[in-house]
Amino acid sequence: MPTLTYRDALNQALREEMQRDPNVFLMGEEVGVYQGAYKVSRGLLEEFGPQRIVDTPIAELGFAGIGVGAAMGGLRPVIEFMTWNFAILALDQIVNSAAKMLYMSGGQIPMPIVFRGPNGAALQLAAQHSQAWESWVSHIPGLKVVAPATPADAKGLLKSAIRDNNPVMVLEGEMLYNLKGEVPDGEHLVPIGRADVKREGKDVTLVCHSKTLAVAQKAADQLAEQDISAEVLDLRSLRPLDDEAILASVRKTNRAVVVEEGWPHAGIGAQLVDLIQRDAFDDLDAPVQRVGQADVPMPYNKHLERAAKASPEKVVAAARRVLYLD
Amino acid sequence: MATKVHMEALSPTMEEGRLVKWNKKEGDAVKSGETLAEVETDKAVMELVARADGQLLKVVVQEGTTVPVGNVVAWIGKPGEKVDGDGAAAPAKPAGTVAAPPAPAPKSAPQPVPQPVRQPAAAPADATRVKASPLARRMAQDAGVDLKLVQGSGPGGRVIKRDVESAPARPAAAGATTYPVSRVPSPVVRTGVPYEDVPLSQIRKTIAKRLAASIGPIPHFFLTTEIDMERAADAREAINKQLGEQGGKISFNDIIIKAVALALMQHRACNAWFQDDHIRYWNEVHVGMAVAIEDGLITPVIRNADQKSLREISAESRELAGRARNRRLKPEEYTGGTFSVSNLGMFDIEHFTAVINPPEAGIIAIGSIVPQAVAAGDTVSVRRRMKLTMSCDHRVIDGATGAAFLRTLKQMLENPLAMLL
Repeated sequence: MPTLTYRDALNQALREEMQRDPNVFLMGEEVGVYQGAYKVSRGLLEEFGPQRIVDTPIAELGFAGIGVGAAMGGLRPVIEFMTWNFAILALDQIVNSAAKMLYMSGGQIPMPIVFRGPNGAALQLAAQHSQAWESWVSHIPGLKVVAPATPADAKGLLKSAIRDNNPVMVLEGEMLYNLKGEVPDGEHLVPIGRADVKREGKDVTLVCHSKTLAVAQKAADQLAEQDISAEVLDLRSLRPLDDEAILASVRKTNRAVVVEEGWPHAGIGAQLVDLIQRDAFDDLDAPVQRVGQADVPMPYNKHLERAAKASPEKVVAAARRVLYLD
Repeated sequence: MATKVHMEALSPTMEEGRLVKWNKKEGDAVKSGETLAEVETDKAVMELVARADGQLLKVVVQEGTTVPVGNVVAWIGKPGEKVDGDGAAAPAKPAGTVAAPPAPAPKSAPQPVPQPVRQPAAAPADATRVKASPLARRMAQDAGVDLKLVQGSGPGGRVIKRDVESAPARPAAAGATTYPVSRVPSPVVRTGVPYEDVPLSQIRKTIAKRLAASIGPIPHFFLTTEIDMERAADAREAINKQLGEQGGKISFNDIIIKAVALALMQHRACNAWFQDDHIRYWNEVHVGMAVAIEDGLITPVIRNADQKSLREISAESRELAGRARNRRLKPEEYTGGTFSVSNLGMFDIEHFTAVINPPEAGIIAIGSIVPQAVAAGDTVSVRRRMKLTMSCDHRVIDGATGAAFLRTLKQMLENPLAMLL
């Protein structure tokens, strides 16, 4: 199996889907001539031309709206946000138009659109450019949300997102684009709504997604040195959640730590804790712990930024707490 | 904020306790760890200690009163602090109990009999609520473990998975009810009343519960053998003569305990606990010895009896039996036996069967030593003989297994030198 970077896996998914379906097109800032702010669309303008690889002005609400209109007209747009921080400007189109079109048209107008771009903090991009929006978009009925953590899942989920007839938010990561991993050639689809056990364990479940998979894996390595067997469950999809996989893992280990990127208040982790306490109550040996970003705007200072983010050390400490070891 | 003093679970099976005596009175200064009162549990009289510093503000439960574990018996706080009237947390004041004593009571009048404090069964105090993780709760239910008897190792004493896993399964305890304490009526009952109802005392209740849980569910069978005690008796006399004025004479019971312990080391199959889904074969021998006490019996345990000398066993059994009669045994001194011995020889009982003390799998009942005419070859000689009956839990011990153990025991007792092997 070939080894690709996360960015090239996304590129492959876009290319394959555009080759497969002439209705698929990519639109966003710098996607064409510049080949993408993070080079996800490298080579696509050359192959598919300016009709299908469309550079836009810096006007997120505008091009998101054009995308919604194009989807209503039967096309399958992929809208790239340079980062999800800039998508705040487009939230009216995402939340009020894309998410509700099928519902408000009485099922007459499907909305096969993908909004994608890097989400969450990278390194020292400061408060306004370091935000993790998964709980915002996951809150909205009518949207699907995926957050792949590996190159293979990035390819498989983007392809599934493009083929889905509903608006799908694809949350990527600036710090993930260079991540390398084996990616299946050709038709590789990861179904939306299916989590993946990335590491089997029996003592505690570390629930994670996107960048926090790496955090959880490092924590699991450290825990293994302490003879604690951690199961790493990568959610991959945040809406819908794979309830069955989450509950099955917690029922096996009896303990859970949720590792998320965003702020704690009303975060994705809160949703997971709700599910676990309700449907796996009798299997819990300890209250579920959460590890996420500190409840502050992301600091610019390097040390403060590191302190504010989820880290393997924080996950290890939380895992030891649910195991009553500390 | 004043601190409640609860009736605490002072033994593993205690569900209620009788307040025997207050060592502190209202207004006394108390320190955390100091003894506040003596409490009769289902097994012994134990000390209830203070968990806070301050002044004993109020005694809620009077001497002689029995209350369920967890009930508030007193309050500790700062001098002058009010403890009543602060809503549901305050103990219910039972009408008539704490009411002002009849003022001009003549000096010779008998003390008014304290009434049991009746607390509502619901609304248990903090100490009765078992904190357990949901998983531990479910596991305990599945395994028949009584959570109240499990020591929680989680925060605030929360019972968690590992605690339930390491807890022995027991039948769940019945709900707590209030009983006045009682004593067996004295032998002469000529009062003109045809009968007297004596409510079960704590210890009688425990005996009733535990032994009914033994003879009913446990498939008992019995093996009897007769042992020639001539040599053992000679050896005992010689030893005691030699001990002379040093004191600490060896009894037959000491010799039997030692022999049983040594024989069990050779027959591990009989040194076992039945544990529902498994049998725990012990590598250590802890011999329980049934001791008759007023209004009941209790089984203090001689630990590692196989490794102790006769003098050590003798001294320890005398000391334990003495404290058992005074009801001063600590819970760890009457639990954890792996096998038991019951001796009614001193009552001239020649032969009887004893009820197994679960989870142990066997108990030996010792009869009296009686001179008997015994045929030895062509002649008849008079020899001191003793009958011994072993009750076996057939779920653990089979007939031949028990018989093999008894044969070893018989050899040791008939030839005490074999114990040196």
